[in-house]
Amino acid sequence: MRRRNAEGWFFLAPAFIHLCVFALIPIGFALYLSFFKVNLIRGEQSFVGLQNYSLAFAEESFLNALWNSAKFALMSVPFGLAIALAVAILVNQKLKGITIFRTIYYIPAISSGVAIAMLWIYVFLPESGMINTFLKSLGFSGSTDFLNNVTWAMPALVFMSAWTGLGPRMVLFLAGLVGIPPSLYEAADLDGCSKWHAFWRITLPMLAPTTFFVGVTSTISAFQVFTPVYLMTKGGPDSSTDVVGYHIYTEAWVNFNTGIAAAKSFVLLVAIALVAAFQFRLMRSGREGYAG
Amino acid sequence: MPRLGKVEYWLVTLALLGISAAFLTPFAVSLIMSVKTPAELNTTDIWALPQSPTIANYQEMLANPNVDFMQLLQNTILIATFSTLGAVVSSAMVAYAFARLKFIGRDKLFIILLSTMMLPGVVTMIPTYVIFKHLHWVNTFLPLTVPAFLGGGAFNIFLMRQFLKSIPMDLDEAAKLDGASHWLIFWRILMPLSGPALATVGVFTFIGAWRDFLGPLLYLNDVEKQTLELGLNTYTSMQTTAPWHLIMAGSVLVMLPLIVIFIFGQRYFVKGITMTGIK
Repeated sequence: MRRRNAEGWFFLAPAFIHLCVFALIPIGFALYLSFFKVNLIRGEQSFVGLQNYSLAFAEESFLNALWNSAKFALMSVPFGLAIALAVAILVNQKLKGITIFRTIYYIPAISSGVAIAMLWIYVFLPESGMINTFLKSLGFSGSTDFLNNVTWAMPALVFMSAWTGLGPRMVLFLAGLVGIPPSLYEAADLDGCSKWHAFWRITLPMLAPTTFFVGVTSTISAFQVFTPVYLMTKGGPDSSTDVVGYHIYTEAWVNFNTGIAAAKSFVLLVAIALVAAFQFRLMRSGREGYAG
Repeated sequence: MPRLGKVEYWLVTLALLGISAAFLTPFAVSLIMSVKTPAELNTTDIWALPQSPTIANYQEMLANPNVDFMQLLQNTILIATFSTLGAVVSSAMVAYAFARLKFIGRDKLFIILLSTMMLPGVVTMIPTYVIFKHLHWVNTFLPLTVPAFLGGGAFNIFLMRQFLKSIPMDLDEAAKLDGASHWLIFWRILMPLSGPALATVGVFTFIGAWRDFLGPLLYLNDVEKQTLELGLNTYTSMQTTAPWHLIMAGSVLVMLPLIVIFIFGQRYFVKGITMTGIK
């Protein structure tokens, strides 16, 4: 028996180490670092207490970054969900070759992030970019430099992220759709229910757990957006796309303020935990509403 | 879903084709642009097919003195392969512990592990970087490969554990009666049955490691050590004015291997994602 227990720990050890080294210790270490002014190049640090936090909250650019991330999440999550659901419903047919379409819709999700950023920079280019040439062919005069336009930069990134993120979301909704018993639709049909009505009264409610899951994971991803911002807008123009992930990166690796960056990342952790908890609360009350 | 009438069938097909076309347009344009000469790019419409398609752009890219794409490919393959190996082996082992062994705090630990899936990478990247810096691992492949051997990430562990739980315990019991150790049960009985799940973890990890950008950005400073993703960006930022024909050629080059791998492994993707959603 003793030997078996030892063996058991051998199996568990990697994950235990991983959990400690890559989750618990970093969080603790981030908290620790946030109380210091850190100079990585010279390898020295000096204790400053809560100063990093007060600096962070006083900094308008940090608050702006938090707000930008929230804006990005508020725009991209519902939009992404709606598109993914629509496509999932479309693809949820027993047609021959439907797998080909599913594969096509998934390709952006696994494509090189850098290559995609280059593609979309080209799509958004003023004058010769795809969107502008299309608009011109429709008769619109003038052209918009989307990525350099304060109003349009973030919506442009949101649009691109819906395109990129469609794959996994679509698959999740497909799984949810498949789980809806067809007898429900048959019963509704017998009662003379229209397709539209069936969608609102059967499909959507039955998809609630799936929608919740996709919603939470999309939100967390939205707060982690980095590569498109780094490659396409660098936080601009006028910091309109300076999202938290990019902001913290810049703070640590461009401005070399590791301590302050650590403080900001800890604030982000708390913020995300709150948002997730809020979404869980929503879900639970929604469930109770049904039971009652 | 209810069966479709004739009209609906055609509407759906039209919609599917239309969306596919819209979806693939950026890719199509990049492909077309990558085989046009710079002169043609400036004069013709982006939709116009090239009059004399040329692979000169690709040749120019591959011959670039500052960014060696073959070296990048080699690096990327190395990093992706090691990560995949590590993730597949260690996630299976850890999942075995969670699925088959009883110990104090097992379920609580599993929930803590799951919640780390929700941890934003931004939070851990700074302390993790500092740790690696102290270890002198910065500017090596190590930060990008070694972590995979420590469980391979919560997602993979979760996947494997769900799969292992679906295998009935009868085989385990029979083996235990014959005096088999945990390792034997794991290696000789459960692993051979886990082909699909292992393949899923493998495909996910491989593609994820291949297209990782932030990791290489932080840890691979020398150009010779960079991956395709990062290298493409380094190459692009080295130019003064955007040479779109070259950038497009580079993008196609970097995207191609992944798309090929994905087309062959895509059913594992779907299976994997579906398994996480069902909970």
